[in-house]
Amino acid sequence: MTPSRNTLPFWLSAPSLLLTMAFVALPLVMTLSLSLYPYDLTTGIGDGMTLTNYRDIVIDEYFHAIFARTFGMAMLVTVICILIGLPEAYVLSRLSSRWRSVSLVIVLGPLLISVVVRTLGWAVLLGNEGILNNALRAIGIIDEPIRLMFTFTGTVVALVHVLVPFMVLAIWASLQKLDPATEHAAESLGANQITILRRIVFPQVIPGVLSGSLIVFALSASAFATPAIIGGRRLKVVPTTIYDEFLGSLNWPLGAALAVTLLVIVLTCSLAMNRFVEWRYRQVFQ
Amino acid sequence: MSFLELRGLGKRYGDIEAVSSCDLTVEKGEFVCLLGPSGCGKTTTLQMIAGFVPPTSGQVFLDGRDITALKPSRRGLGIVFQSYALFPHMTVAENVAFGLEMRRIGRGEREQRVTETLALVHLDAMTDRYPGELSGGQRQRVALARALVIQPQVLLLDEPMGALDAKLREDMQIELRALQRRVAITTIMVTHDQAEAMTLSDRIVLMNRGQVEQVARPYDMYERPNGQFASTFLGKANVFSGRSNGKSVLAGDRWFPVEGNIPEGDVDYIIRPEKIEIVDTAPLLHGKVSARVFLGNHWLFQVDTPLGPMHLTQPNTGMPATGEGDVIGMSWVGAHARVVASGTSR
Ligand SMILES: Nc1ncnc2c1ncn2[C@@H]1O[C@H](COP(=O)(O)OP(=O)(O)OP(=O)(O)O)[C@@H](O)[C@H]1O
Ligand SMILES: [Mg+2]
Repeated sequence: MTPSRNTLPFWLSAPSLLLTMAFVALPLVMTLSLSLYPYDLTTGIGDGMTLTNYRDIVIDEYFHAIFARTFGMAMLVTVICILIGLPEAYVLSRLSSRWRSVSLVIVLGPLLISVVVRTLGWAVLLGNEGILNNALRAIGIIDEPIRLMFTFTGTVVALVHVLVPFMVLAIWASLQKLDPATEHAAESLGANQITILRRIVFPQVIPGVLSGSLIVFALSASAFATPAIIGGRRLKVVPTTIYDEFLGSLNWPLGAALAVTLLVIVLTCSLAMNRFVEWRYRQVFQ
Repeated sequence: MSFLELRGLGKRYGDIEAVSSCDLTVEKGEFVCLLGPSGCGKTTTLQMIAGFVPPTSGQVFLDGRDITALKPSRRGLGIVFQSYALFPHMTVAENVAFGLEMRRIGRGEREQRVTETLALVHLDAMTDRYPGELSGGQRQRVALARALVIQPQVLLLDEPMGALDAKLREDMQIELRALQRRVAITTIMVTHDQAEAMTLSDRIVLMNRGQVEQVARPYDMYERPNGQFASTFLGKANVFSGRSNGKSVLAGDRWFPVEGNIPEGDVDYIIRPEKIEIVDTAPLLHGKVSARVFLGNHWLFQVDTPLGPMHLTQPNTGMPATGEGDVIGMSWVGAHARVVASGTSR
């Protein structure tokens, strides 16, 4: 083989490599270095390198609460997405091909609409004078409006709506690989439908559930638009806090440190979850 | 009444008649093969017995009971699927134990029966492996054990040897046959391999285009095929169309010998290649050898005759005197020929 052919793959991948460097790696490195600058309320960003920003995050209970809320919310959203996405994907895979394509469009349709628009839609639904509260009051189930805007519950509901299609897609992909004969086999051995779902189908779609969960978890932990609109200033999560540090307090180094911390925790959680599930269900990953 | 009985069992998919009005009786302990070319409705028939495909007509009786409307999970049949359909996330032992768990059989008995059944299929050493860690033949035996452990009334197998190579397939056939005898279980197996059907079955159900062509013991079906389809699907056969006067058959300008009662009118005259002898005197037919092929235990000759190309075989008892290009005389006795009315042939 000639040298020029050996280097061909390199040249072919060079443009995308450069693009990745410029828009992913470089900003990451810059954020990391920014987070190491000192900051002073009066003089602004100083010189030298320091870990004070990280120390502040570690010792300040204000940040603890925000991180706890963010990851608690991400986990809850992930669990709810599994609970909704699993049956939804299963039902979808059992439909006749015509109904399946119609249903897929309905499931994936929300992805085609901007997150901001969808979230504002939820704001209309969930407000104190919103459609949901007015309807419930009209029926007489409640006297006082239920507070949903600017609450944890409201944010979770909106996030689930935004993210559930990702879960459905991931589970759907692994359902495609499932041999339908295994369900028949279980049935012929005397299993009822619920047992078949629990003991045969579910364990085999674990890889799909895992990849869906990773996507949903990472996206909801780093979601900005939905918590900003539904949660507002009252219910801060890490991404909205970062935003405030950068644009409100102008404390860029602290914002950068928060961003790095968020990234590290999301990565660690994802990897740990991945490892655990792959170990626990190693047979279905072969 | 027979142990398992299909009465006018049929299945339509829209305009396609996958199986039309199939009648069959199977005795207890019998091994029956559904044999036929691809798409003839074998799987559909088996699935209707298993309960996964609802028939559009007819009934299935098991031990005198109509089970046509019964769910597959209530039929208590053991099924081995073509793809084996093992549960990939369970060990061999867990796979086999699944059916017993569903029957709420206690742990002690369950483990004992799993061990026994795995010993039966020579898999005692593999209990803790996962299906992904087994060879094709071992997987098939797990599937067999999983179906047998529930002590089903009937064992249904859909091309269980389809994924195995030739040598392993032969071994598994012998093993399956021995196993079936030992546990004396009524078995229905689907195959499109005529040699497999002959090796294994007590009776063969020959199917073609959704219809049952012939039901007979392997020897009877081979020696007395009821039509052109049966004669050519099961083994090789030379078939001439001719006219019968009730005593002999005229094909081309020659009369051919027959024995016993034969139909009159337009007929198919069937003679197997191994029943034809090469003779020097008083041949029934002359022909020129166009090809000679060595097949190990016998030689196959293709001969051009006035009635078209014919096949004949000779046992391998040394290098044959006849070679390609030779003109030979052929003869056979009437008892070996089979005559069927052409209407029955397809
Ligand atoms: N779900 C279905 N919808 C429509 N037609 C079907 C369906 N299943 C089977 N058929 C048709 O019914 C006929 C019989 O199919 P079947 O699977 O029973 O054949 P087979 O004898 O098992 O063939 P093979 O040896 O290839 O497995 C075929 O013509 C097939 O196209
Ligand atoms: Mg088939």
